[in-house]
Amino acid sequence: MTLFLSYLINGISLGSVYAIIALGYTMVYGIAKMLNFAHGDVIMVGAYVSFCAIQYLNLPPWVSVILAMILCTALGVIIEGLAYKPLRQAPSLAVLITAIGMSYLLQNSALLIWGANPKSFPSVVNIGNISLLDGRLLITGVTIVTILANIVIMVALTLFTGRTKMGKAMRAVSEDKGAAELMGINVNTTISVTFAIGSALAAVAGVLLCSAYPTLMPTTGSMPGIKAFTAAVFGGIGSIPGAMIGGILLGIIEILGKAYISTELGDAFVFAVLIIVLLFRPSGLFGKNVREKV
Amino acid sequence: MSKKTIDKLLTFGMVIAAFIVCQVMIANGAMSRSLRGQLIPICVYIVMAVSLNLTVGISGELSLGHAGFMSVGAFSGVVMAMWLKNGLGVSNTLICLSAALVTGGLFAGIAGVLIGIPVLRLRGDYLAIVTLAFGEIIRNVMNCIYISIEGSSLHFGFVNPKLPGKLLVNGPAGATGVAKMSTFVMGFVLVMITLLVVLNLIDSRSGRAIMAIRDSRIAAESVGLNVTKYKMMAFVTSAVLAGMAGALYGLNFSTITASKFKFDTSILVLVFVVLGGIGNIRGSIIAATLLTVLPELLRAFSDYRMLVYAIVLILVMLATNNPTLRTFFSGLKPGKKSSAAKEGKQ
Repeated sequence: MTLFLSYLINGISLGSVYAIIALGYTMVYGIAKMLNFAHGDVIMVGAYVSFCAIQYLNLPPWVSVILAMILCTALGVIIEGLAYKPLRQAPSLAVLITAIGMSYLLQNSALLIWGANPKSFPSVVNIGNISLLDGRLLITGVTIVTILANIVIMVALTLFTGRTKMGKAMRAVSEDKGAAELMGINVNTTISVTFAIGSALAAVAGVLLCSAYPTLMPTTGSMPGIKAFTAAVFGGIGSIPGAMIGGILLGIIEILGKAYISTELGDAFVFAVLIIVLLFRPSGLFGKNVREKV
Repeated sequence: MSKKTIDKLLTFGMVIAAFIVCQVMIANGAMSRSLRGQLIPICVYIVMAVSLNLTVGISGELSLGHAGFMSVGAFSGVVMAMWLKNGLGVSNTLICLSAALVTGGLFAGIAGVLIGIPVLRLRGDYLAIVTLAFGEIIRNVMNCIYISIEGSSLHFGFVNPKLPGKLLVNGPAGATGVAKMSTFVMGFVLVMITLLVVLNLIDSRSGRAIMAIRDSRIAAESVGLNVTKYKMMAFVTSAVLAGMAGALYGLNFSTITASKFKFDTSILVLVFVVLGGIGNIRGSIIAATLLTVLPELLRAFSDYRMLVYAIVLILVMLATNNPTLRTFFSGLKPGKKSSAAKEGKQ
């Protein structure tokens, strides 16, 4: 029972990281209607920035996180402006390939800058572990911080999209771009802000991911990126609570699947659950079912 | 002759001419060793690109898991070939290789049917993510399969079993000790078969139905076309061809692991299709050839070649899809003006 509980907590922790990444995917998809494949690599860049800040500049961990967020935000806005903005009217497949090109570009730049050797990421969390049930259940500091960060981000984003002017503009653009423009909303700025928020979240996710699994390589971001993308689809792409729930469920499924069924088939299990869910709810758990009109 | 027939003959002629040139160069020793090593992979990627173009371009479904079918084909083909050679003592390489290709195609086709049933119910990005998911599942499952040969019988096992005889497929370590049977001539034959199948399918009644469904599903349904049947037809044909290509690829190396067929491979093939022009078969052939050779030619840049590749990819997409840039480029070439204007009107 305690073993199950500890797996469950690990799952929620991993799922929280997926959820934070998935939020970036889902917001960008909701607004720009594009799959941003480079998102996973922004995570990796964020983790490297934080790593360098701690290792070479000897900055305190929380400063390194803020630095990573600032640089990733800038990176996200630059990527959007250079590669995606000129393709606003282009077919979605062209944008997808550009995003894949961007992902290769980031990975190979990282390879040139930081080399192929994996770096051992120092944990940015210096909170002690908590042991419960007479020490049989150990919760690490990283787990607590990850889950807390997830909750804070969720609440902040919900308030942001619901209450602020920019948040409302975002919802309007994702509903109907043309109508939003007619109402005087600056669509380009709104999309840029969305990329900025998504990339800042990616930086946080990168730092949290590498604190829990401390090997940092240029390809670190791609698998969590794909899984977070799966989580976003799982919850219904475009929906913020969907990304959250989808991410956490995916993390739990992955850890439990690896623990109880087979270590080698853990990933296969995650994707199999996704397929089964999509068969019964073709637009995800929280997705809106859009009816096709002639 | 109609324009379509000429177009088809041009595609076949191009491939045959390229094959003859290559053969002459090999005979004269004019081809470098590294390029000669690329010939079979080029054939494999041409078949992969053309078959994916059938799904993405002709049937209009974005598939991100094409390497999965290649993987199924590679493993089943390798097992078949090695079983014939070591288990049953068939010494004729051509028979082993042909049997491997047929088996690879058959198993990939079965996988295509199984995957197609759930996948083709979905639309757009959801379909894309499910094909991606299936690609990853196939890779994971392949990592857990163990097959051994004992005498003339095959033994199968799953997740760390104890198998009698000589281990052929060893889970994550993949298939080892494979006899390199693939030949360039076989690659050429496979490319020709693929072109024959795909071009004739496009030009047939079924092909027109598939394209009608791509252009408007509702309209096609309302004139009585069986949407699932035609979509399945395109998807499974594409899977079978990818499986055959996989078998050829598998028998080109002495070891083959499931990690060779990951998400990146699917994306690589998709890039061939998109850069060659979606729905354009000849474009796929040219793009697959050039982009397979290009990284080899860029060897001099070694560390920078993937970076250059990425930048080229982004720039090509921007140049071909951005309206401002496109009018700029068409302004440079007076002959192209009319076609750009036509596209603008559509």
